[in-house]
Amino acid sequence: MRVNLKPWIVIAAFAVLVAGGVGCKKKVANPFPDSNAVAGWQKTSDTRTFAAKDLWQYIDGDAEQYISAGVVSTSTSDYKYQGQLEAVIDVYTMGDTVGAKKILETGQSSDAKPMQIGDAGIAYAQSIIFRKGPSLVRIVSYESTPTSAQALQALAHGVEAKL
Amino acid sequence: MDGLKPVPFKTSVRIAMNNRRDFLKTAATGAVILGSQSKLGLAAMLEQPGQHAAGSSKVVVARDPQLHGPDGQLDEKRVQALLDRAIHSYTGIERPTDAWKHLIPAGKTIGLKVNGLGGKGISSHLALVLAICERLQQAGVKPGNIVVWDRNARDLEACGLTINTDPGKIRVFGSDVSGFEDQQSSFGSARIKLSKILTHECDMVIGVPILKDHSGAGVTFAMKNMYGVIDRPQDLHAGGCNPGVADLNCIPTIREKVRFTIGDAMTSVCNGGPGFHPEHLWQPNALIVGEDRVAVDHTAWQVIEKQRAAKGLPTLEAAGRPPRYITTAADAAHLLGTNDPNRIHLLEV
Repeated sequence: MRVNLKPWIVIAAFAVLVAGGVGCKKKVANPFPDSNAVAGWQKTSDTRTFAAKDLWQYIDGDAEQYISAGVVSTSTSDYKYQGQLEAVIDVYTMGDTVGAKKILETGQSSDAKPMQIGDAGIAYAQSIIFRKGPSLVRIVSYESTPTSAQALQALAHGVEAKL
Repeated sequence: MDGLKPVPFKTSVRIAMNNRRDFLKTAATGAVILGSQSKLGLAAMLEQPGQHAAGSSKVVVARDPQLHGPDGQLDEKRVQALLDRAIHSYTGIERPTDAWKHLIPAGKTIGLKVNGLGGKGISSHLALVLAICERLQQAGVKPGNIVVWDRNARDLEACGLTINTDPGKIRVFGSDVSGFEDQQSSFGSARIKLSKILTHECDMVIGVPILKDHSGAGVTFAMKNMYGVIDRPQDLHAGGCNPGVADLNCIPTIREKVRFTIGDAMTSVCNGGPGFHPEHLWQPNALIVGEDRVAVDHTAWQVIEKQRAAKGLPTLEAAGRPPRYITTAADAAHLLGTNDPNRIHLLEV
């Protein structure tokens, strides 16, 4: 009887591995919209990715709070809207949703406005932060223009769709 | 500005310096006086009556409320005037060229350690770097003897700078080009390798940090800027960067060569730093200038606290991240300067 079950165990284990593999693929899926995938937005740099241990190279002391919240990796890329408004997208892949939630809820200022995006999000005049599953996304523009808030929202939804 | 125009990148770096041997020889014979009040280029100024109250460290906070226009854009033309006012107030010497000659040793290579880590929105301003370079050259420093530097090309580009290693022009490059010393330097908790830009290229360094809140250290300004001159800054972030910042600044080469701060507080973040968080951005429209790095940082801390209070944010102490390294830097084991308000001669102009 035990001998007869072995193939099933092997098949089950294989199925788990395949499922796990699919899960891994989803984790490393590229969340960055291509140029013009979101109207008016051009991707202007290569995507840089930092493992948790190397995150200091990108954000120095800020790395500590992400590491303590369980960040696994961080990817970043620059964008430009209609050739003028510059922005940067950071995607923090956390170990779980709890880590993403913790970061989102830290350091919000009184002018934060809730935004319907992902599992939860907030918007400021020049930035949007939202979480979806274990991903925490931060989009920041370097200036504020009459159209920047709307343009950032469109870009944020472009990222959300790829997560 | 000569040397800051876009030029082809050259991989060969000028390591040898005409004056380096002379400087090291001077240092080795003990002629360079160490300590919080180093006195090579500043000797004449410090000994002038009225420049410093007895036993105190002078810090100048120069402000220009019109530095940023109603549209929030920096009026770059006003930066030179603000710098001149700050240096005039610090030295007591009206003519900028003369004032700068008192600040810098003649015939030496001067480094400007900027800070571009926060990215484009919160990095040392190009306009300030240009203004300093202008005055250095007027004071007799050859363009090739000015090195504007930071960790790497990306940080420098965040400041609006273009990489240049042509020795005939102002040089702009990072430690990613120069590399780091093979030999470790150490003091207390700091066991680090120094950038060869600091050890080989520069005789004196002027820190040009940008004022920021820091999620670990509380505040990053003059002393914390030195995390950008070493190979593994992440190793010194424990305990709110305390005693890491103080220990690092006690490394002899840093202590001896980094002699003056022209702190960029034209734009700052009062929370969420050291990265760019536009929701916490504000314009102090100020430069914070001084030789005593501890006094400068103590002063900068108060600027951050004032803005945090205005925004209804808790004090850094209440937020759990007071910049304890400032107190440590002033203690008997470090003696990098003073954090005693009674011994800081604060001049707000």
